[in-house]
Order: sequence, then C-alpha cells, then structure tokens
Amino acid sequence: MLDCGMHMGFNDDRRFPDFSYITQNGRLTDFLDCVIISHFHLDHCGALPYFSEMVGYDGPIYMTHPTQAICPILLEDYRKIAVDKKGEANFFTSQMIKDCMKKVVAVHLHQTVQVDDELEIKAYYAGHVLGAAMFQIKVGSESVVYTGDYNMTPDRHLGAAWIDKCRPNLLITESTYATTIRDSKRCRERDFLKKVHETVERGGKVLIPVFALGRAQELCILLETFWERMNLKVPIYFSTGLTEKANHYYKLFIPWTNQKIRKTFVQRNMFEFKHIKAFDRAFADNPGPMVVFATPGMLHAGQSLQIFRKWAGNEKNMVIMPGYCVQGTVGHKILSGQRKLEMEGRQVLEVKMQVEYMSFSAHADAKGIMQLVGQAEPESVLLVHGEAKKMEFLKQKIEQELRVSCYMPANGETVTLPTSLSIPVGISLGLLKQEMAQGLLPEAKKPRLLHGTLIMKDSNFRLVSSEQALKELGLAEHQLRFTCRVHLHDTRKEQETALRVYSHLKSILKDHCVQHLPDGSVTVESILIQAAAPSEDPGTKVLLVSWTYQDEELGSFLTSLLKKGLPQALS
Amino acid sequence: MAAHLKKRVYEEFTKVVQQQQEEIATKKLRLTKPSKSAALHIDLCKATSPADALQYLLQFARKPVEAESVEGVVRILLEHYYKENDPSVRLKIASLLGLLSKTTGFSPDCIMDDAINILQNEKSHQVLAQLLDTLLAIGTKLPENQAIQMRLVDVACQHLTDTSHGVRNKCLQLLGNLGSLEKSITKDAEGLATRDVQKIIGDYFSDQDPRVRTAAIKAMLQLHERGLKLHQTIYNQACKLLSDDYEQVRSAAVQLIWVVSQLYPESIVPIPSSNEEIRLVDDAFGKICHMVSDGSWVVRVQAAKLLGSMEQVSSHFLEQTLDKKLMSDLRRKRTAHERAKELYSSGEFSSGRKWGDDAPKEEVDTGAVNLIESGACGAFVHGLEDEMYEVRIAAVEALCMLAQSSPSFAEKCLDFLVDMFNDEIEEVRLQSIHTMRKISNNITLREDQLDTVLAVLEDSSRDIREALHELLCCTNVSTKEGIHLALVELLKNLTKYPTDRDSIWKCLKFLGSRHPTLVLPLVPELLSTHPFFDTAEPDMDDPAYIAVLVLIFNAAKTCPTMPALFSDHTFRHYAYLRDSLSHLVPALRLPGRKLVSSAVSPSIISQEDPSQQFLQQSLERVYTLQHLDPQGAQELLEFTIRDLQRLGELQSELAGVADFSATYLRCQLLLIKALQEKLWNVAAPLYLKQSDLASAAAKQIMEETYKMEFMYSGVENKQVVIIHHMRLQAKALQLIVTARTTRGLDPLFGMCEKFLQEVDFFQRYFITDLPHLQDSFVDKLLDLMPRLMTSKPAEVVKILQTTLRQSAFLHLPLPEQIHKASATIIEPAGESDNPLRFTSGLVVALDVDATLEHVQDPQNTVKIQVLYPDGQAQLIHPKPADFRNPGPGRHRLITQVYLSHTAWTEPCQVEVRLLLSYNSSARIPKCPWMEGGEVSPQVETSIEGTIPFSKPVKVYIMPKPARR
Repeated sequence: MLDCGMHMGFNDDRRFPDFSYITQNGRLTDFLDCVIISHFHLDHCGALPYFSEMVGYDGPIYMTHPTQAICPILLEDYRKIAVDKKGEANFFTSQMIKDCMKKVVAVHLHQTVQVDDELEIKAYYAGHVLGAAMFQIKVGSESVVYTGDYNMTPDRHLGAAWIDKCRPNLLITESTYATTIRDSKRCRERDFLKKVHETVERGGKVLIPVFALGRAQELCILLETFWERMNLKVPIYFSTGLTEKANHYYKLFIPWTNQKIRKTFVQRNMFEFKHIKAFDRAFADNPGPMVVFATPGMLHAGQSLQIFRKWAGNEKNMVIMPGYCVQGTVGHKILSGQRKLEMEGRQVLEVKMQVEYMSFSAHADAKGIMQLVGQAEPESVLLVHGEAKKMEFLKQKIEQELRVSCYMPANGETVTLPTSLSIPVGISLGLLKQEMAQGLLPEAKKPRLLHGTLIMKDSNFRLVSSEQALKELGLAEHQLRFTCRVHLHDTRKEQETALRVYSHLKSILKDHCVQHLPDGSVTVESILIQAAAPSEDPGTKVLLVSWTYQDEELGSFLTSLLKKGLPQALS
Repeated sequence: MAAHLKKRVYEEFTKVVQQQQEEIATKKLRLTKPSKSAALHIDLCKATSPADALQYLLQFARKPVEAESVEGVVRILLEHYYKENDPSVRLKIASLLGLLSKTTGFSPDCIMDDAINILQNEKSHQVLAQLLDTLLAIGTKLPENQAIQMRLVDVACQHLTDTSHGVRNKCLQLLGNLGSLEKSITKDAEGLATRDVQKIIGDYFSDQDPRVRTAAIKAMLQLHERGLKLHQTIYNQACKLLSDDYEQVRSAAVQLIWVVSQLYPESIVPIPSSNEEIRLVDDAFGKICHMVSDGSWVVRVQAAKLLGSMEQVSSHFLEQTLDKKLMSDLRRKRTAHERAKELYSSGEFSSGRKWGDDAPKEEVDTGAVNLIESGACGAFVHGLEDEMYEVRIAAVEALCMLAQSSPSFAEKCLDFLVDMFNDEIEEVRLQSIHTMRKISNNITLREDQLDTVLAVLEDSSRDIREALHELLCCTNVSTKEGIHLALVELLKNLTKYPTDRDSIWKCLKFLGSRHPTLVLPLVPELLSTHPFFDTAEPDMDDPAYIAVLVLIFNAAKTCPTMPALFSDHTFRHYAYLRDSLSHLVPALRLPGRKLVSSAVSPSIISQEDPSQQFLQQSLERVYTLQHLDPQGAQELLEFTIRDLQRLGELQSELAGVADFSATYLRCQLLLIKALQEKLWNVAAPLYLKQSDLASAAAKQIMEETYKMEFMYSGVENKQVVIIHHMRLQAKALQLIVTARTTRGLDPLFGMCEKFLQEVDFFQRYFITDLPHLQDSFVDKLLDLMPRLMTSKPAEVVKILQTTLRQSAFLHLPLPEQIHKASATIIEPAGESDNPLRFTSGLVVALDVDATLEHVQDPQNTVKIQVLYPDGQAQLIHPKPADFRNPGPGRHRLITQVYLSHTAWTEPCQVEVRLLLSYNSSARIPKCPWMEGGEVSPQVETSIEGTIPFSKPVKVYIMPKPARR
C-alpha cells in the first residue's frame, strides 16, 4: 500500500480511506506485504494510526528517517486539534500513534530493502519536504515507481528530485500542477525579500502567516541568509511550539537538504538561526520594525490572527501570505481585496496594512513531471493526486510527446496493465563463449540466433549446449539425416558428374570446405553428395544429397543450388 | 622511476636545468652502467617466487635509468618476460617497458618488434592491456615514423575484438592517438590495407560496455585534437549516444557533438518526423541545450559550458534558450520579467503585486503547447535554476560568452543575470556580476533592473560590493531617476561600510562622466541649493558630500552649463578637491578662473603629441652629451632628468616611459660623476675614505638597474641588453674602486676573474644584440678580451678604467608600452593615534589592503615587509588567494599580516611596506649556446632580491606585557 493519508476537507468517516477496498473481512496484514509512506504531510500519512491500530495491521511500514522523526509530531498535533479542540470521540489516541510508529522501518536513500522473498523497495530523493522520497517497488523483473509529492526545482533548503533510468513498468506520479508551467523561483524570492526589506526599512512590521513545517523553514532560511548578507539588525521572530521541535530535526537531517546547506553545515548549520528568535506574545506590542512568522497559515485562528488584528490598522505594516488560502478564512478575504473585516463580537476591523501574496509551492509543474517521466523512462504512467480535468491535458501530452501509455483512474477504478514478463534464463558459460567466439562484431542492441537446449527443471530455466543436455539427461544422441535426390541432365559418367559438381560447388562455396573423396562422392562440410546413374535413363543422373539436422541451413541451400542445374560451359 | 621520468619530461622546458641533470647522469653512468642491467638480471634470476620478482621490479622502478643503459635493461626484462608464468609479474614488466621507452634519448623502435611479438602470444587480458599501453608509449615517442604507426594501428585493430573491455579500451586509445586518416595514393598503390580509423572507432560507439563506448568517443576526440577532420556522419551516431544510460558516455558524446558542430556548422540536417531541415550547428545547439536538463550533473555542467562557445548559432535559437512559456491552469501567463517590463513601460512602477495579479490571461490551445521542447527552449532558464552551483556557474559563464557575441541576446539575458545576483552561493553572485560588467557596453539598464542591482550593494561581502562598483562604473543608465537612485544607494552603502569610500568615489566618477546630461537636472537637488536663500555650507570632510561632488564635477567636465548652478562654496570646494583628490576630480573650465591644464588644449590627441615629441627631443639631446665636456654633460643630464620627471607627473600615459628613461639617465649621471672623482688622479693609498662616493654610486647604479629590469612591465629584450650593459659598467666601477682602496692582490684576483666571467656571460647571453652595441664599453672590452684574460689584475683594472672613460653612452630605445609597477597601501592608513594593543608573545592580525598596478604575476613576486623599531625585519608572503584581479594590469591585495613582538614600554611605530621580489634568472633570454654549453651559468642566474615599491605605512602598536 502506497501512502495512507487523510482528507482535509471532511470531518466524518470520509476523511480516512475506505480500507474495505482491500478486504471485507479478515486482517489487513494478510493482504498487504508492506505500507510505504512517501513523506510526512498529513494527506500522505494522516490515517496511519487509524489504519494500523484501529483497523488493524501488523506488517512493516516503510518510511525515510526524517519522515519517521517528524511524522509522529504532526500526527499528535492533528490528534490534539481533532480531539481537544473539536471534541471528537472515536479518534486515535497518543498511545496508538506510538504503537503505530513502532511498526515503522526506516530506510535510507538508494538503499534496497528486501521486504520478503520477492518484493524489494528502494527510495529516491524527491525534494518537496524534508525526507520526501519516491519509491521503486520491484518484484522479479517488474517494477513500479511511486513518486509521492516531488519537486523538480531546488529551493533554499531542499534539492531537486532525481531518479535514475530505472525503466519501471509503471510510474505513478502526482499531478498537482498538471496544467501549470511556473516562473523562475528567483523572481518570487527577490520580490519577497524586497518587500520585506522595504517595509522593515520604513519601520513597519511584517507578518508572515505560515504552517509550521515545510515552507516555513524555506522562508526562514531565505530571510536568515538575506539578513546575514545585508547585515540587517531588525529582529525576526518565529512563533513557538511545533516549529522548534521540527527545526531540531531539520538540523539533524543535513544529508537531506540542498547542496549549499550540506556544504556549509560544517562551519555553520543553516538551521541554527542567528537572527530568528522565538516569539513571545508580548513582543507584538513592541515598537519598531520586526518580522514575525506565525501559525496557522490561513489566518483563520490562533496566533497569526491575533497579531494580524493588532497590526492591521497601520499602513506601514505588511502581511505576506506565502500560500493558498481556503475560502472563508480571513486570509482569503483580505487577499481578495476586502478592506473591512467583521470579527467576532460585531467588531469591524479596518485593514490598512499592505497585503501581499506570494506563492511558494513545492510541487513539480507540468514541465517537471515530463522531465521526471523522461528520466525514468517508464513503460506507462499513471496520474494521481490531481484534478481530473487537468490530468486529462497532461495525459494527452505524455502520450503525444513521450509516446508512453498513460492512465488516470478515478477513485475506486482498477487499471490493468499488460506487461511483457521477461523470464531470466541461465546460459552455460561454455555455450556463451562458443557463441562469442563466432560473433565478429559486437552488436549490443541486435538480437542474435543461438542454438542450444532449454532445460526446464523446478521452475529453473537453463540454456546449455545440446551435448551437455544429452549428458545431463542421460540420453543417447539420435542422428537425424535428411536425404534428397536431385535429377540432373547429364550424359556423362557418374565420376565426371561428381567432378563437375565438385568444381561447381568449389567455385561457389568459397568459405566452406569442399572435398572430393576418392570413392567419387563430394562432401561439403558434413554434407555428402553422391552421383548415381539410374538404370532406366542414361541421360539423367541422380545426385544424392544427405545432411544432418544441424546442417539444415547449408543442406537446403545446396539442394536448391543443385536443382538449378550445373553451368553448361565447363572445361 | 615513474616520478623521475615524469620530472624529466617536464624539465624539457627549462633547458638549463636539464643540462645539469644530464651532466650528473653521465657522471653516474660510468660508475653504474656495467652493474645496472646486470644487477637486475641477477636479482630476477635469484627470485624464487613471483612475489619476490615483483618486489625486485618495484625496487628497480624507483631508481632512474640512463638513456644509454635502457636498451640493455629492456633486453633483460624481455628475456624474463618470456620465462615468466605469473601474469602480475608480466604486467609489471610490460608497464616498465612502457616507462623505459619514454626515456629521453632512447629510441624505442628496437623494442617494438618484441613488444608486438609478445603481444601475439599473451593470454592474460590485463597484461594485454598493459602491453598495448606500452605500444602507445612507443608510438607517441615516434610520431614521424609512418610505417610503425601503421603497424601499431593494425595491431590495435586485431585486438579490438577482445572480450575484455580493458583491452578494447586500450586499442581504441591507441587508434585515437596513432590512427591517421590520410589515405595517400602511395599507400593504396602499395596495396596496404589502409583502414578508415574513424569507421572502426565509430563501430565501437555501440559496444556493449559503457567504458568502451566512452573510450571510443574519447578516441574520436583525440583524432580531432590531432588535427584530423572528422566525418560528418559521426554526428548522427553521436546523437544516438546522448540518450545512453551512462553519464560518462553522455558527457563525452556532448563533447563530440560540439566538435562536429564546430567543424560543419553550415551543413544541413533534416529534422526527424518532419520535412524541414536546419543548420547542423542549430541542431547541435538544440541537442546540447536539451542535455542541460540531464539527470547527471556532470553532463549538465559539460553541456552548459559548451553552449557558451557555440557562437555561430542563429539568433532565433539563441533567444529560445531564455524562453519559457508559463501557463497556469492551461492559460497563458506572463513571466515576472514581462510583467516588470510592462509595469515600467506603462509608467506605473513598483505598485506591488496584488492577489491574482499574475492571473492568467488568454486561453492556451491545448494542442499547441509543447511541454518538452525539442529545441533550445529554456535551456538557460533551467541551467540557472539548477540545484548544483557548478551548473549555475557554467550557465552564467556560457551566458556571458554568448552575450558578448550577440548584443540582442545580451539585452534579453539581462533579466536573468540580474536574478542571479540573489543566488545563495556567493561565487555565483560574484560571477554573474562580473559577467554583467563584461557585457555592459551592449546594454542599458532599466530602472527596475537597476533597482535590483543596487539592492545588492548592501551585501556584507566586500568582493561583491566592489565587483558591483566596477559594474556601475561601466553601466549605462537610461533615466535621471536611475542616476539618483544609484547615488542614493551608493551613499547608503557608504554609511554602512565606510571602508568602501575609495571604490565608491571612483564609481561615481565614472557614473558622472558617463551621464552628464542625466546629472544636470539633479544638480540643484544634490547640492541642495535654493533659488533665493543661501543654504548652509556642507561639511567638506564628509565622505558622502565628497561623493556627490565627485559625481557632479565629473559630469560638469563635458557639460559646460553646469557650473552656472554651483554656489560659491562649491567653487571653493572644487579647488580644494582638485588638489587633494586630483585623480577623481577633473580639470574644469570655470568662469573667472584660470586653469593651467585645461587651458592648454581640451582635445586629448593633440595634447599627447607634443609631449611625446618633447620626450623624444629631450632624450635625443641627451645622446649628444658625448661631445660635451663633463661639466656640461652632467648639467644636461640633470636637467633632462628633472624634465622627464615633471613630464611623468603631468602625463600619466607617459609616466612609465619617462620614469624609465629618467632612471637610465640617472645611472649614467652617477657613472659620470663617479668617474669625475678626484681620487683617480691621486695615488691610491691616500684616498681610502673618499672612494665612498664612487662605490656608493656603483652600488646605486646596480640597484637602479635591477629596478629598471624588474619593476617595469613591457620591457623588451633590447632594453634588457642596455640595462645589463649598464650593470656591467657598474661592476667594472666597483672593481676599479676596490682595486684602488684595498691592498693585497688576493681578493682582487678573485674579483677580476669573476668580472671577466661576467663579461663572458654577457657576451653569451646577448650575442645577437652585440652588433647594436657599437663603441660601447662591452664592445671595446671584448676586443681586449684576449689581453685581459692573460694579464694581471692590476693591469686589468687599468684597462677597465680607460675603457670605462672612453666608452660611448648607449642609446636606450624606448619600448612601446611600458608601465612602472606601483603599489599603494590603502589600509592601514597610518593616521591612527591609537596604538594597536596586544599581549606580547601573542600575535595581532593587521588588515592590509593594497592596490597593485602593472605587476606581473603578483602571487609570486609581491611580499610584505614589516620593519620593527629594533631594526628587525619580517618578510611575509601573502597567500595566492589574497590577490584579486579586478581589471587588466591591476591587482588588489587584501590580506592579514600577523605581528608579534616582546613587550615594549611604550607604543611605537612599525613600518609596513610592499616589496617586489625578483630573480634574475627569470628574465634571462634563452640562447642557442645553451645546447652545447659546457660552462654552468651559476654565476649570475640566481641573484635574488627585493625592491620596495610602495610608500611605507606606519602602524602604531603596543605589545603589552602578559598579565600573570
């Protein structure tokens, strides 16, 4: 099973996947070999405790080390909001999260893990968030690559997704931005920095509402390095809580970050922020410029909203929304240009501060998806994690430009893929060498004909030379000879006919060994040709051609040659 | 031995050393020759096991073998090779054969037959590969021998079908290095099967082993390097290899495609799956562009680098590389760059972005969108956004090269370069700033671009800021707002980093002189003058105010209406600045003021000619001094020297020449003065004291000649002769003086001999130049040489004395381009009254910042000297990385000097200065006599010394006693 996420939009049973698709009754463990989690976002791992503890699954759960570290923090946070804030019953408990995490097996990048006798998995770097991975799942010669979410352009703290030319049978890729080609990231970064810088120089305060993990760290790095470069002294604050723990893991998992951080962490770990300090409620009223990162990202509740209310009245201040806002949230309202907001208690809040929007999203765009498909060279592609209409476009493009079959199943739809199963056959070294010795030029891509005997024994295939096969099976060799009569118009004696045949063949078959034996017969390699005079007609001679099964090719060539007759003008 | 042989190959460049080596070798040879091969033979016979034999061989390999004994050693080795059963020993022998055949002076054709012979019988693949390597060494040693080359190529072809990739690799390497393409008619006539090497190598492009494929491509590239023209058919084969599974194959294939595209840029290739045809170079460009988004970063770097050198590509394709069609939900979107441009042209600047401002406009036809462009689309967009900074740097470099050749492309790539100013890696930022500077004459910055550029001024890295100042020096700005913006940002920079003062002033100087008309409307605002009221007079010492004035005065130089806007104090400040910062403030024609220099003539060309003439004339006048009486000659020289020095001050272009000639004349003056001394007329013993002057003169002439030789860049051989000649005269003078002042013959004897040796030496070095030295000191001396050789020291001195007096003054030909090396220490400024306190015994780091002009190879020659008050001097070699090269002929040294001393009772000053070290052997021209030479020229070659070439700066320091 690939990923085990939850749906953000629902609060009823629909928020978790319907595991009855796997089995109606009986334990899931019997039907699943393993579960693979690509990264720690809740839409990829949110249902994990429910699935393993409440539905029941005891098999291994594979994820990368950073995911393993950060995932429980997020699950716990999610549980708190659902249970403590919304008061839901029948939700998984902290203990369940712990129990679930015990079943996790962590994998390294490019480490091949043998799940059982047949199944093996391998993780590739995917960018997107810390620890995000793509997985190659392989059974025998058939393989599937599941991308999870990935990003083909590097950002300030993570590198780009990369996969080798593994040529899977199927590539399952996300398609969030199936119809988008994005602008360079630099412009956005530059705009962001410029706006923050200008506001701060004016003496204004900047509020950046973010979600605790992922983009927040990227923006922190961005601002931190900018502050460093520009020698700025204005304080930057980060609202506490979840983030500190998460930042701790970012510090630890340096190999998963981008080139710059990896190269410089010996001198200084980029996540050990020099300019970014923990935020305290009281700081919001401090005079002078500052930059504050506050959760949550859509300004719908919590600290970010509190700060927003304090600062909204001053036109020197600025709020920068770094991501998407759901309809109905304060974030969406101000972004769509509303200047007067009704708060609870019939207060009207006039928004004088500047409102900016800046999209920092870490999914691959259409070009990136195509690039990854090009890199992996799959036989077919399956699009998931996107909107049907947009996927339709991408599907068409993939089929057109890459000539790869593409599928986009709806929920609950089954796709059956025809694969050409390749069966490995062992070849004996002797036979191979013998064959190699015959070959003149190495032709890597061309198929070559080879004679041998296929032995199938206990689902084990071997190709050996016929002699060896006979020996192994204890069988005696049967000689199979073909004989053929060719009638020739020739009035001369048998001996002379034979001689004429000999000289004729000698002149044509230059590469073969043609011999005239003393008994009057002619041999070409192992093919025997004898001339006989049938009693009834002295004008015709009968040539008796006999060859073994192994020389079938040459034998039939010879007969057809002889049937054409001998050349007339012979000395 | 490998190391030894290698060393010897390198040593071929410096013949002097090599010769010495040979000499030592021949000496050694006599001792060891009989034992060398014999010893090896005995050793190998003694060896009981292959491991032993291997040990002996390894030991043997450590010692050098002389050219004469190589043959014998080779025979022994071959003998053992035939006997040996162990492949590892055979391998070692084979490799030894290869090394031995590289020995200089040994012709390896005699062992080739044996090598080929053993090759035919060898079974082990590794040994085979090694033998082929040996053959390669032999083949490269004998490049002229066609027959051998042919034979080796045949051998290689035979072994190409070997099953081991190593053997195939070596065969291909051999073919690449030795195979020839020329099918001369004679060979065909002889019936020799001439092989088409390219065809054979090309067949191995589809080998099953990626290493062999790589080797095949490399061999093909090798053929190209050796000057054989590759067939165009290779192009298609190479294109197929671009989609190879292995990165080294792809990387090599990219190179091959590039080579072919340079060979046949104009031929036409069809586009697959359509009827169209395009130029090959365009097609190749598209293919290489595609490799910029390859999976392996090695290939990406390679591809990005090569793109830069494809200048013949059509502009249509070139511009595609910057193109990336954006879309959002299937609707066309404008890039941020396009938006910025539009905002700018609509006059509404920096309104900030609204939510949905980038909302997509028109619908995109789904059929028309091509997600993987076949061609060059967006290659640079990808390259500049790559995750590896190596790729980004390569892309920036390529962008620079292409932009230099195409102005329209330069205009287009500007946005992208400006974006790179915000890269996370400093190297990339710096590189893009430099790139921008290089293409800046092709472009004009838009205001919004300028804004982004200027934002980088606040960078905390000094390199970045200075690079940016350099960039601003040569940037074109389009509007007066732009100039204002630049000025404001530069002033901000100045307050934040006061150390950038000089660089900012210089930058504003150029900014002003480039944009006089844009500065004009800004003047009232900048000087904060008011039409009715007098405003307060700004502080003259404020660096920011000076910066503004520098901008305005430089603009006013070509804008005569500007001075009318100045207020009274501005004129006063002008006068002050013109004197104190004359390099930054030009001469202005101000109303009611007489200005000496600008009154002469405003045009530069007519100004240069008379001074050049003056220089020539005054020098010519000097050369007549032969006919003057000593007194007159001296006066003439003194005047001329004075004139030249003044000329150098006035005309910076001629400063180098003037100084150079003045120094030469000063040497002559000293010589004349020394010869006029009375001491010559008096009996020797009486004038022990007074000879001081003469010997001091000799010493000074020596110093001056070294200065002339090493402190000026652009000194040619003919000047070097004259300089050496002058030095020789000084040495003669020294000898005479010593002869007069010392008693006893013994020291004199040695000196005489040494001097004669030097004359001999001079003759050898400058044998070709001797005809120019008619009537000179050395000319006369050489005539008398046979007599000198045999005479006694006293006599020699006498002869020298007369020749020195009689010899003619040599005409110093003026070099075309000559510049005096100079250095200015910017920091420490030496003004501080606060001593630098530190605990004695520990070190204190002193930041040194200096600019060097016209210094060749400063990394090796420039040293820092620290003089302590107790006379102790310390010489510091700065790290090579501390030198930066901001422009041609200029260097900048930013380094730290560590000072330490024992405790002092009160603060005192140490002197810091820069020295130029020289080594006389470096300049000595190579002469043919070296080849047959028998005398080792050690007398003069290794004279080393230093010349101080900057003003010393005093630093106040105070080592405190350590507290217990």
